Amino acid sequence: MRLPAGSSGAALRLVAVFLALLFTTGVLLLAGAPPLEAYRQIVTGSLGSVKKITDVLVTWVPLVLATSGLLVTFAAGLWNIGIEGQITLGAIFATGTLRLTLDSSLPPVVAIGAAILAGIAGGAVWALLAGLLKVYGGVNEIFGGLGLNFVAVALNVWLIFGPWGRPGVASMSGTEPLPDFLSLPSLAGLRLSPWAVLLAVGGFALVFLLLQGTYFGLRLRAVGKNARAAFLLGVPTVRYMLLAFVLCGALGGAAGAVQVTAVYHRLIPSISSGYGYLGLMVAMLVNYQPLWMPAVAFFFAALNIGSIQLPIVLKLDSSLAGVLQGALVLFVLAVEGVRQRLRRSPVKTAE
Amino acid sequence: MRVELRQIHKSFGPVHANDGISLTIPAGMIQGILGENGAGKTTLMKILSGFQRADRGEIWLDGRQAHIQSPQDTGGLGIGMLHQDPLDVPAMRVVDNFLLGRQGGVRPRRGQAREALQELAERFGFALDPEAYVDGLTVGERQQLELLRLLWLGARVLILDEPTTGISALQKDALFASLRKLSEEGRTIIFVSHKLEEVENLCHRVAVLRRGQLVGEVAPPYDTDRLVQMMFGRVIGLGSRLEGQAGRRVIELEEIVIEDRRMTIGPVSLHAAQHEVIGLAGMEGSGQQVLLRACAGLIRPVHGKMRIAGGDVLGRSYHDFLRLGVAFMPASRLEEGLIGGLDLAEHFSLTDPQAGILIQRQAAQARTMAQIEAFKIKGTPDSLVESLSGGNQQRTLLSLVGEDLSLLLLEHPTRGLDIESVVWIWEKLKERCRHGTAILFVSSDLDEILHYSDRIHVFFGGRVSPSLPAGTTTVEQLGQLIGGKGWPEVSL
Repeated sequence: MRLPAGSSGAALRLVAVFLALLFTTGVLLLAGAPPLEAYRQIVTGSLGSVKKITDVLVTWVPLVLATSGLLVTFAAGLWNIGIEGQITLGAIFATGTLRLTLDSSLPPVVAIGAAILAGIAGGAVWALLAGLLKVYGGVNEIFGGLGLNFVAVALNVWLIFGPWGRPGVASMSGTEPLPDFLSLPSLAGLRLSPWAVLLAVGGFALVFLLLQGTYFGLRLRAVGKNARAAFLLGVPTVRYMLLAFVLCGALGGAAGAVQVTAVYHRLIPSISSGYGYLGLMVAMLVNYQPLWMPAVAFFFAALNIGSIQLPIVLKLDSSLAGVLQGALVLFVLAVEGVRQRLRRSPVKTAE
Repeated sequence: MRVELRQIHKSFGPVHANDGISLTIPAGMIQGILGENGAGKTTLMKILSGFQRADRGEIWLDGRQAHIQSPQDTGGLGIGMLHQDPLDVPAMRVVDNFLLGRQGGVRPRRGQAREALQELAERFGFALDPEAYVDGLTVGERQQLELLRLLWLGARVLILDEPTTGISALQKDALFASLRKLSEEGRTIIFVSHKLEEVENLCHRVAVLRRGQLVGEVAPPYDTDRLVQMMFGRVIGLGSRLEGQAGRRVIELEEIVIEDRRMTIGPVSLHAAQHEVIGLAGMEGSGQQVLLRACAGLIRPVHGKMRIAGGDVLGRSYHDFLRLGVAFMPASRLEEGLIGGLDLAEHFSLTDPQAGILIQRQAAQARTMAQIEAFKIKGTPDSLVESLSGGNQQRTLLSLVGEDLSLLLLEHPTRGLDIESVVWIWEKLKERCRHGTAILFVSSDLDEILHYSDRIHVFFGGRVSPSLPAGTTTVEQLGQLIGGKGWPEVSL
């Protein structure tokens, strides 16, 4: 058997999806739950009504923003695990800005705009820290980012229980909810804000263009593939690595700002909702290429939303979505590995 | 071990790298494989050593068919290959690299390995410090390490792909003597080269490849002209030195001292003027590469003065040097020179002056086609650089260097290339000289140094000779200086 060069890619992806479903089915059977019913619940729970589809989009927005950022750092050969902290800092900066405007007479549009910009800045600063640690401190960005994630969570919890806590009843439920006029306007009767969707689409479009057709994107990729050679060919590698961090952090920060201004309307302890880690998985699943990212992100968002009603209906934990998502990434990577092996060493044809 | 290759076929896309090659090598023979760049030599050897798999064909070892799937298999079969680009782990110590690939045992026996390493190194006259880190070694020293490792692993068939490009004349002699000894012990040596003199000197028989096919086999006494004809289909000779008037001084070094991990280099004073070619000669690791990199702004001297185009540049960054019209071409093409995973068009877009924010694809395509044409690169704009042969990678590297340079710094500009490419590349370099560029180059090929330089500086253990006129220096004189003899006579 000899595999043709590219045509089998899609087919093998389907094989991977099938294997992931098989694996998840096995897990469900072990848990004593009816698999088909569970899948049916996920589908109807995510796509069953317009309301549910918009709920999926609410999750899709921060996921796309974070993953767009990660595509930039991956292009530069960087593993920005610190994305979680960058989302959190974005949320903190956005909340802080909104709190400052509470007592002012600023029009809400300006206040919300400023909050989102502040969130972007907050994420960028947090990412820049990880970048500086890597470039000048010799700290691998995975360790630096992980450390900064913990610091970000601690800072967040301290703010919620301390300075920004609810008067008298500071709790895990978060800060005092912000007034309605300081939220991004949402569609009537729904949680989805079209402005948030616009932000996500804009962020993705920016990254797509940047990576596909600009000198900036080409230099980033050069740095990612061989930083030493890129440096010798004249690319200022340090600047480009830092720029990649800043850009990723900015998009992560935007995701955090959206979480505050459009979803939770306050700061909560788990404000990043794990979208950073989920984004890493989405990026791996699309092989770090932008084209199919929004679609895969939508699929992941749908799994997240669809599994919410599993505990109610089937007494299953909603982490099933995570099992399926994780299995999917692992099987796609494994199948890709097998495919490359087969292509590298075609078995002799009978003669 | 007797090695038989039967009807080996291998294609890379449209390129038929090996087109039905059959070759039988008896045990104890030193078999030369001769051919120009892209003739299929390296591919054939990679197939034999398991790094690549043939599309069709069989390999028989001592009369039994071998099914080689990976380099691990060939290790067990006693086949070891010394690659053109060293395959070691740069961030590890020499002795740990030496231990890699050794079978059995949980805990590596470093002491034993160190002893074996030192013993072997002594036998070959290689100066390798077992505790040094590999990324501090030169390409030549890394090749030496790899060779010793293969011998230690018990290779019975030793494949050497252009092994002499990185090492000095003395080390080469020691290597050849050892190869002869190994062949007398019954080991089969396959010596891949494009250097006629070496092949004629060493090999019991020579197989010539051209465009993926075996042209023929020749036994001694060798007729050089015939070999060249088999390789290229015609006879060529080396080009000549550019005899021109030196213009104004481009770079001046005054009492420069550089501290390296292993030695102090200098104090050295030298200069290069427009239209001049300065050769830096010496055994690998004698300090010439360090000095070249210091001239590029990559290494900062601890003492002295450096002026480029009249301005003081000491302490400025590499990218500042680039802006001053200094270009540097590193020896390790795929590690430092080119970016694996990017195609030719992307390389040109990367190095050409930026026009706007968006890359103009059609313009980039046209520009790449023009460069491919001008530099005779065998490839298309969307060829990934790692898919090109060594010679074509070198041409690409040269084509990426800007046009109007004041100073061009070259590390082994023609390492691993066939004569035709060497002549061609130097024609291109001389053309630049004619337009006013000064060239400083490092090479371990004495002929190349004497042939193309106007003046020569010799390096020995960090010591640098005053400039010697290439026209009146002989190979013997140069060889002695490189080996550390005759220094009082040249020192002022």
